[in-house]
Amino acid sequence: MKLRDIAHSRTGDKGNVSTISVIAHREADYPLLVRHVTAERVAALFAGIGAGSVTRYELPLVGALNFVVTGSLGGGVTRSLALDAHGKGLSSALLDLDLPPSSPPDRPV
Amino acid sequence: MAPMRQIRIGAGAGFAGDRIEPAVELAERGRLDYLVFECLAERTIALAQMARLADPAAGYDGLLERRMRAVLPACRRAGTRIVSNMGAANPLAAAQKVRDIARDLGLAGLKVAAVTGDDIVDRLRGTDAALDEGGTVAGLGNRLISANAYVGAGPIAEALAAGADVVITGRAADPSLFLGPLVHEFGWRADDWDSLGKGVLVGHLLECAGQITGGYFADPGVKDVAGLARLGFPIGEVAETGDLVVTKLDGTGGAVTPATVKEQLLYEIENPARYFQPDVVADFTGVSVSAVGPDRVAVSGGTGAPRTGLLKVSVGYGDGFIGEGQMSYAGPGAVERGRLALAIVRERLALTAVPMEETRFDLIGVDALHGAEIAQGGAPYEVRIRVAGRTGTAEAAAAIGAEVEALYTNGPAGGGGSWKAVRQVVAIASALVPEHLVVPQLTLFEA
Repeated sequence: MKLRDIAHSRTGDKGNVSTISVIAHREADYPLLVRHVTAERVAALFAGIGAGSVTRYELPLVGALNFVVTGSLGGGVTRSLALDAHGKGLSSALLDLDLPPSSPPDRPV
Repeated sequence: MAPMRQIRIGAGAGFAGDRIEPAVELAERGRLDYLVFECLAERTIALAQMARLADPAAGYDGLLERRMRAVLPACRRAGTRIVSNMGAANPLAAAQKVRDIARDLGLAGLKVAAVTGDDIVDRLRGTDAALDEGGTVAGLGNRLISANAYVGAGPIAEALAAGADVVITGRAADPSLFLGPLVHEFGWRADDWDSLGKGVLVGHLLECAGQITGGYFADPGVKDVAGLARLGFPIGEVAETGDLVVTKLDGTGGAVTPATVKEQLLYEIENPARYFQPDVVADFTGVSVSAVGPDRVAVSGGTGAPRTGLLKVSVGYGDGFIGEGQMSYAGPGAVERGRLALAIVRERLALTAVPMEETRFDLIGVDALHGAEIAQGGAPYEVRIRVAGRTGTAEAAAAIGAEVEALYTNGPAGGGGSWKAVRQVVAIASALVPEHLVVPQLTLFEA
């Protein structure tokens, strides 16, 4: 199962920092996000684009996580040489994350 | 008991280049108390400052006139007041322009306020104010272009109290454009942190316009949105308690659902418990959203804590040039020819000793966005090479695109669609200054 099967995501930017939300389509799936979409996994995914620290914030009332990824924007939106200087596509890369197949979206956790 | 007062605020733009038609629909059919246009990205004000240096009458939003001509008559009829940061680097000139347009449209008596005081470049020039990415303002030397503090809701509320029908600001915190009208209407005190936090939440949700009504959301088969071509912009129905219902006009495209609201709730937020704003530190961790009707979502639970007394300042500075060139390859072997082309350009730029501080060689369609590690998949039918480099001079930047273009007769077979560009880099850093350094001022004009 992919993260995209149970969640949606939007990326924003502040200077050289990306903020990436991960929101459960169904709030019942929020515990799966908490368990499987850790700051460590996100940091490993984005290490190749130069990301530094990753901080995860939890918002159980809306069934969402918020990731703050430093150093992800090639020195900052305004001076980056990257094609996607804002890093807008990072949420699409994150949604491709593999989740354990033993966690079907319909099974209560 | 008196009925609960409610204010209807619409968002007429979420960025400088935004569509105008949705704002016109809101002005004509929205029964709005306020229509807010947020048009000022971080870098926009530095570019506007450069425009103003070249022409003292310039430096405000390039779409100001089109937008105002499109909505002013309907707003006047409906009693809708307008708030916008389209003043950019020159709110006074922008406000006078709006006055002139109002006169031209026969809207005598229309009052336009300019909020100034955000521009503190002369105050910061040569100081040791620290930049977030390291270094100081003094260290930028003559590369410093602009320094604008994010002002809060106060001067906007004051302008409305003074009777302004249109309030034009420069750099104001985006949510403040919405918080200002709420403070004015509901009389929230400057230390009513929870109400101010709720007002920031209202502004944060609405400021990107179409991003909460189904724009930047669609993912076919997973998150479908109907009628995107006619995407409508949001209306916030705000109660005196700060509780909010987000909705949009009947007959417009898009959707307002808990999912669209949640994406915007977290958009460009770092710590959701500490969202720093000039007037308050807002806390979104207690926020909940629920559908209360078709395209109607209720939002409650925002709170706030005392403001820090520090204001964020956007510091714009010149950071050299970027040169870029692109060319496409198609059919069998396209990826290999693209890689060969990149290798050729890389070697030629070294042979001709073009001085570059940083370069990038991308294969668009393969791994340009996230690098080879994340990108996976089979060979695409077509690829596009992209070479970009940062340089100290425009001449060096131009050499990059020239080398890509030269691939026509000097590179692999079958390249086409060459494109090149040189642009001056205006970079942005941020600093924090004590709020007493920033003294907002109001100037009123009447049509």
